[in-house]
Amino acid sequence: MSVTTTTARPAAHPPAAPLPRPRRARRLATEEAPWVRYTLITIALLFLLCFLVLPLAAVFAGAFAQGAGLYLESIREPDALAAIRLTLTVVAISVPANLVFGVAAAWAIAKFEFRGKSFLITLIDLPFAISPVIAGLIFVLLFGAQGWLGPWLGEHNIRIIFAVPGIVLATAFVTFPFVARELIPLMQEQGKDEEESALTLGANGWQTFWRVTLPNVKWGLIYGVILCNARAMGEFGAVAVVSGHIRGITTTMPLHVEILYNEYQFAAAFAVASLLTLLAIVTLVVKSVIEWKTDRRRRRAAH
Amino acid sequence: MRTVRILLLTALLVGLATSALAQSVTLLNVSYDPTREFYREYNAAFQKHWRTQTGQNVTIRQSHGGAGSQARAVIDGLDADVVTLALAYDIDAIHERAGLIPKDWQSRLPNNSSPYTSTIVLLVRKGNPKGIKDWDDLIRPDVQVITPNPKTSGGARWNYLAAWGYALKKYGSDEEAREFVRKILANVPVLDPAARGTTNTFVQRRIGDAFIAWENEALLAIEQLGRGEYEIVVPSVSILAEPPVTVIDRNVDRKGTRQVAEAYLEYLYSPEGQRLAGKHYYRPSDPAIAKEFEAQFPDVKLFTIEDVFGGWQQAQTRHFLDGGEFDKIFDSLRR
Repeated sequence: MSVTTTTARPAAHPPAAPLPRPRRARRLATEEAPWVRYTLITIALLFLLCFLVLPLAAVFAGAFAQGAGLYLESIREPDALAAIRLTLTVVAISVPANLVFGVAAAWAIAKFEFRGKSFLITLIDLPFAISPVIAGLIFVLLFGAQGWLGPWLGEHNIRIIFAVPGIVLATAFVTFPFVARELIPLMQEQGKDEEESALTLGANGWQTFWRVTLPNVKWGLIYGVILCNARAMGEFGAVAVVSGHIRGITTTMPLHVEILYNEYQFAAAFAVASLLTLLAIVTLVVKSVIEWKTDRRRRRAAH
Repeated sequence: MRTVRILLLTALLVGLATSALAQSVTLLNVSYDPTREFYREYNAAFQKHWRTQTGQNVTIRQSHGGAGSQARAVIDGLDADVVTLALAYDIDAIHERAGLIPKDWQSRLPNNSSPYTSTIVLLVRKGNPKGIKDWDDLIRPDVQVITPNPKTSGGARWNYLAAWGYALKKYGSDEEAREFVRKILANVPVLDPAARGTTNTFVQRRIGDAFIAWENEALLAIEQLGRGEYEIVVPSVSILAEPPVTVIDRNVDRKGTRQVAEAYLEYLYSPEGQRLAGKHYYRPSDPAIAKEFEAQFPDVKLFTIEDVFGGWQQAQTRHFLDGGEFDKIFDSLRR
């Protein structure tokens, strides 16, 4: 068992490149004149400043434009709280669902051969390829009052679209590929040698999955979940189509930001937007902390 | 004996629970874009009125957007108790496509079911730098015009018909009117999906020289976003816009909210409802209340959609349905 886990580790870190890399890096650096290097660095920094730092600063500047009092008030307002609650609910359902699906799909695709495999891969990519608005419309066509299942749902008084289930469905659909897409290349690269050795050593399928496959893809999985989570919180287009924009009931945070903006409450709009940004930053920090801790533990173990 | 007592207790509990439920009721009002501020205040007033009348608490939920897309959502199953939309055609569509309301819905409340009216005016920047005085100035090549997309926005359809009606009166032929509207649309740099987005385009993003807008939206924009930064230009002729309201029969009967939903709309015609409409720059339909707000509304020569276009059904079919006049004009502009 221990053999498999130690050999697995380098593969779990795609950036851990083969040895000759530092030498090549030094040679590349000496080839370019200093002015080229500095120009390139300046361009890159300016680009970062314009497209990442400035908009981020603008969101927070707008949020506090009319003081911290109004900021707190706009976040504590009942409709804003309802939007935050709804966003977290949607994330809490759609992300775990996509986690389970993503792992299952990637496992099947990377470790087994079966007919229709490339078709399955294409299907998984579908939500990336089609516009979120179309994704929303699909659910209106399926579950809307004039849609395929609409009359039946109406008779049984079940609400899907213009209610929370529709928003969850639309979000899950749009964030569908993130986990699977992250894991498939990783698992394919790792091959199935380790699983096969585990099996020959007497592990059953379940044990192999939990103790060999899953630890090997842990980082890719966490990364996929974080991307999935970020997109699920921020999704606008698909959710806008199925939401019905009922204030305090079916408005997620991005929709609430739009409503506030449309009602000339710019400071409040930016306040909620900044909260959404903060949530995103928190996810990134959590990711870095986990990464750093495991990295340290690994190094300690190597000594 | 014991079972009887338990039964009685259960009956009592069930009775208590249902009466507690009857203490509060929720309405969903699906409305168009620029009514946000008005209904926020009106809902609070109606809540108070309903509580003193019946002792029941009513919560009113709002949904806003372009009138066309809002009607579409109700057709697709958005659970509206009442709709308060920008024009009759969109409510007709709810009858035709989903059968949620009877065909004669518009005759159920006074004034074609329009408790307040409005008209279409032009909003220009401070000092009117381009010297815009009437519809004619909107076809000048140096003037950028802001108006939303008539396919999704009710306000935009009123804008379009106001311009067409003006040209028809002035030049006398449909060809000239079409050419006139084509020239205006050629001056439009962005076609937003709903009225509120266009206000933000004009005011926040400072795009365009003239903004064809609901009178109430123009007055509100001045009030909220900068007194003295904008001026209203009243055209020589404009259209009488009647935004109608109705209960959605199928939904209120299913939910058992008919009584409160009907009261909600009738209260719009009460002096208090009318005064709130006036306060939010809608023209009250009650003449006595309208007089109180006289100073606020410029005198405009107004024509109705029946006079010039023969009603909404005809106007919609000819101008805004797929392949209609708007599509033809739009195609010719893209070429």
